[in-house]
Amino acid sequence: MGQPINEIQEELIEEFGLFEDWADKYEYLIDLGKKLAPMSDAFKTEENVIKGCQSRVWLHAEKQGDLVVFQADSEAIIVKGMISMLIRVLSNHTPAEILAADLYFIEQIGMSQHLAQTRSNGLVSMVKQMQHYALAFS
Amino acid sequence: MAETLNIDQIRADFPVLHQQVNKAPLIYFDNAATTQKPKAVIDALSAYYEQDNANIHRGIHTLAERATTAYELTRKKLAAFLNAPSTDQIIFTSGTTAGINLVAQTFGRANVGKGDQIIVSNLEHHSNIVPWQMIAEEKGAEIKVIPVSDAGVLDIEAYKALLNPKVKLVAVNHVSNAIGTINPIVEIISLAHEVGAKVLIDGAQSVAHLAVDVQALDMDFFVFSAHKLFGPTGVGVLYGKRDLLESMPPYQGGGEMIKEVSFSGTTYNELPYKFEAGTPNIADVIAFGAALDYVQAIPSEALAAQEEALLAYATQKLQAIPGLRIVGTAPEKIAVISFVIDGVHPQDIGVLLDKFGIAIRTGHHCAQPLMQRYELVGTCRASFAFYNTFEEIDRFVLCLEKTLQMLG
Repeated sequence: MGQPINEIQEELIEEFGLFEDWADKYEYLIDLGKKLAPMSDAFKTEENVIKGCQSRVWLHAEKQGDLVVFQADSEAIIVKGMISMLIRVLSNHTPAEILAADLYFIEQIGMSQHLAQTRSNGLVSMVKQMQHYALAFS
Repeated sequence: MAETLNIDQIRADFPVLHQQVNKAPLIYFDNAATTQKPKAVIDALSAYYEQDNANIHRGIHTLAERATTAYELTRKKLAAFLNAPSTDQIIFTSGTTAGINLVAQTFGRANVGKGDQIIVSNLEHHSNIVPWQMIAEEKGAEIKVIPVSDAGVLDIEAYKALLNPKVKLVAVNHVSNAIGTINPIVEIISLAHEVGAKVLIDGAQSVAHLAVDVQALDMDFFVFSAHKLFGPTGVGVLYGKRDLLESMPPYQGGGEMIKEVSFSGTTYNELPYKFEAGTPNIADVIAFGAALDYVQAIPSEALAAQEEALLAYATQKLQAIPGLRIVGTAPEKIAVISFVIDGVHPQDIGVLLDKFGIAIRTGHHCAQPLMQRYELVGTCRASFAFYNTFEEIDRFVLCLEKTLQMLG
């Protein structure tokens, strides 16, 4: 059993709390995006694509034992940074944990605008899709 | 020497420009998406609701009369603005898209048949593609596309080769929304007329920048939106030649568009009301009149000179950024610069520029076929209006450089 979802969220809130201005926050987010574990090309299929108006997101999920493991990627680095955090928070958890998750960290770290821009990136659909996978695997 | 604009004075007319966004002064470079509104337009809107609000054309009371007069005054102003032969050839719609759909569903439905052709260009906005695809599919007609060069110029020789008597309509924009090319509509229209085809010109991106004389240009149909001409959203204009508009069947049925209704049959109203079913967007049409007054009070040569200077200055500054490539380098362009930067996704640039208080547009600009032509996922687009300044361009370029450092 991995670290509880809320504990990871608290960690992220603490990490972002270190930065006073937006530029430092975004540099950290961009850095997270760059460090996102590469997604296997085999999973970058039309089936796994989540179409946003501006950039594409790919999401793959599989069940390893009791846990759901996610891999994802995007063309845009800021979206990748967001993906990296979503994977850190939700991946390697049970379907029940994922379905019950309240992703409060996004607002707390001041990044909720990225989930509000529903037409411009695939993040909102990605979160929904992660929950759909969890439901399918439960 | 041509008059120059007093930009400070002009900027004072636009309340929205004077604000901080993300703790920085707003720089609004998304004028191709929508222009900002002068105080005169905002005042006209609230004055209408505070003093004159009534439904038009039917009431006999004083308020209805005032509202009707003001509403019809905008139509008169538009006829003068476009040099239309008469006010009843000015039809109010909800916007450019609605105007195109109106023509597709009336003229298109009546005149396009199986095996006929409709020509569009590779530069079109989706709203000047999809309505034609819908009618073509319904009628078994074909869509043909005028190709565009690497620089963003339409291939007129290829267009000539596409023209034949099966072509019933040519639908082309006056100016490309994505890359700013000014299309040679005089030539496009006269060539189409030689084979008996009618032409719809999408003027959404041109009306704020170029003078349009519908008679001199021999326009069959011309459509545009008020909100890209400093007016409110929710108002559009369709101009059409009288014989075409009269021969077209009505579009939507309802009140206002009828002469007499009975269960044995209904007769339709005359132009322009035949195409204006239901209570129209009275307040915004009236406020649009104020926008027309405002923009026409600015000397047009000075306005054009300001925009040209902004375009030249921004082009030169942007070209100096390593890895930046301007998409759309047609010799005839309005003040729009679309660009891409090696290895950087446009969306990332847009998100970070917004943090600096700078509004540009990123993405495919509702012109996916054009993006496919250039093998791009999208571009960054900075589009200027006469109220923009050289200082804003300086800060935009500086912040763009900072953005690239952050992403680098």
